[in-house]
Amino acid sequence: MDILRFATAGSVDDGKSTLIGRLLYDTKTVFEDQIDAIERVSRDRGEEYVNLALLTDGLRSEREQGITIDVAYRYFATPKRKFIIADTPGHIQYTRNMVTGASTADLALVLVDARKGLVEQSRRHAFLASLLQVPHLVLVVNKMDLVGYSQSVYDQISAEFTQFAAKLRIPDLTIIPVSALVGDNVVHRSENMDWYQGTSLLHHLENIHVASDRNLVDVRFPVQYVIRPMSDEYHDYRGYAGQVAGGVLKKGDDVLVLPSGFTSRIASVETADGEVDEAYPPMSVTVRLEDEIDISRGDMICRPHNQPTPTQDIDAMICWMDETAQLQVGKKYFIKHTSRSARCIVKNLDYRLDINSLHRDESAATLGLNEIGRVQLRSTVPLMADSYTRNRVTGGFILIDEATNRTVGAGMIADNGR
Amino acid sequence: MTESPNYQLSQLRVLESESIHIMREVVAEFERPVLLFSGGKDSIVMLRLAQKAFHPARIPFPVMHVDTGHNFPEVLAFRDRRADELGLQLIVASVQEAIDNGSVVEPPDGTRNRIQTPVLLDGLDKHRFSAIFGGARRDEDKARAKERIYSYRDEFGQWDPKNQRPELWNLYNGRVHLGDSMRVFPLSNWTELDIWQYIKEEEIDLPDIYYAHDREVFERDGMLYGVHPVCQPKVHEQVTVRRVRYRTVGDASLTAAVLSDADTVDKVIDEVASTRITERGATRGDDKFSEASMEDRKREGYF
Repeated sequence: MDILRFATAGSVDDGKSTLIGRLLYDTKTVFEDQIDAIERVSRDRGEEYVNLALLTDGLRSEREQGITIDVAYRYFATPKRKFIIADTPGHIQYTRNMVTGASTADLALVLVDARKGLVEQSRRHAFLASLLQVPHLVLVVNKMDLVGYSQSVYDQISAEFTQFAAKLRIPDLTIIPVSALVGDNVVHRSENMDWYQGTSLLHHLENIHVASDRNLVDVRFPVQYVIRPMSDEYHDYRGYAGQVAGGVLKKGDDVLVLPSGFTSRIASVETADGEVDEAYPPMSVTVRLEDEIDISRGDMICRPHNQPTPTQDIDAMICWMDETAQLQVGKKYFIKHTSRSARCIVKNLDYRLDINSLHRDESAATLGLNEIGRVQLRSTVPLMADSYTRNRVTGGFILIDEATNRTVGAGMIADNGR
Repeated sequence: MTESPNYQLSQLRVLESESIHIMREVVAEFERPVLLFSGGKDSIVMLRLAQKAFHPARIPFPVMHVDTGHNFPEVLAFRDRRADELGLQLIVASVQEAIDNGSVVEPPDGTRNRIQTPVLLDGLDKHRFSAIFGGARRDEDKARAKERIYSYRDEFGQWDPKNQRPELWNLYNGRVHLGDSMRVFPLSNWTELDIWQYIKEEEIDLPDIYYAHDREVFERDGMLYGVHPVCQPKVHEQVTVRRVRYRTVGDASLTAAVLSDADTVDKVIDEVASTRITERGATRGDDKFSEASMEDRKREGYF
């Protein structure tokens, strides 16, 4: 059994909570005491139906306002797979949450209401999924029961969305007509839509192939921590601990360490359970080298003929995540990229992107909460940069405010031939 | 074997790898981490992960237990033995001591759940711990489902759900001002079933009370409580011997047992896979007080 992480996005009323409720319920993940609790609350509030949204809206302020304010993580499993859902609210002001949820997702699920068709928000969600390079996108056309299970409604939405998606970088797109309320095509194939030849949503989620989405070509091993036991038994032991960010590491491989440029050979790849033949993403392992060279946290182990670009000049798309301060040209921030921390200064804001029209506003001087722009940074020390399209782990970074310590920005390193 | 054709890790290995990454990150960035260790199954799994993260070195931080004084003796014995085997420094923050010296007041109903929090905070303060590993999982509770892996706390240890740091990729922001701290939950993405499957795969030893055994119990509010010095039946509450096990292990006055024949790890996995009641819902009196009781306690500095 493996894991599929997916992010869900949708507007307030397109039935996202009902869909998730349905997935959880039909896979027997919702427990009786949870059902009891939401039945009680629904009744207390005078609602006529059991409000499945209460399953996912956890915080008091959310219940008070009837909205979801934060990413919620949900778990369910079938005999085939374990699923982690990053359930993100759809309101316009919560781009931040969608970006957060999408950053680790293998798949993004965007919901539309069949009666309304594509709205601005559906386009925005698809754009964010492509910006974050989520490899698989599923457009769920919900509430098919309310349009008489009409094929023409579905066809029209499909055609419109496919045309829009062609402008984005979406490697794999699937469109599924469902009724979350009734259960059509959620877990079981619907008998109400003979014209639909595809699989149910759950079947799709269970079978989609995600292992090859990881970069298994470019060896990237950010050193996280140096293990030195300081014991008699392991007197001279020195191991470099980290999580493989790309490629496959094996004993005997020639390696290059950045930023020093020293070369060596892998003596062993180990876990606490012994040596392993190969290490690949996302394994946490310890690498030992044949030569004693000076390596510390923040260094990157790669291959002599395949390395990231050590650079202090970072060209990146940044999504601004802080409501208390704006990104400003000339301001300094902490930057965290893989296991390396540094300081950086914003040299330039090339443009701010309108994520509805994809228009570039080159006159913009700042980025506020939920705004996205192309930014030039200069860091105090070189970062081992890959383009985000090549590797989501070594191409992503966060910006931290020096005064408040808040995480204020999420960055994706631009292509530039890297 | 040189060929692993699909480069696919099982769900347990993905979770293990993520947890190990988190633990190493904390140890690399924080000066004084500590792991909360109760002798319960989740904290036992955390210790195994910590062992793996730093092998062949020893676990590079102490462990701490907030002792309510209302314990299951089997669990305390297990706690001491495990800490000893691993050569860990065990710090006990005692609620009883805090009551005796007047720093907290025991509520009239005798339950000590809420007064754990100040004792925990005092303990953290006294040892100046800046990062605190907890075994909480997001599948346990609705408030927890929205809490970050790195949960930032102010100088009062309070959680503010509206002021959480976004967590992207595997990048964690561990920067805190002096006096603030970070609660860190390496098991955030594990479910109860994952924990049990891992216990099986890793052959991890647990206190006996997690497995079916005969015990004197009585029914209260629809739950079965074991007879214990701090949990005595009232006049009308009938004591019978039943075959039970504990799904969670907390304060003995608030933790209920469940009827079960699962006396092996395989049987427990079958039971957990087919149960229709959540772990805390089945066994924890402390979460039933209000719909938002976990959220409220977290705001006060609880885990």
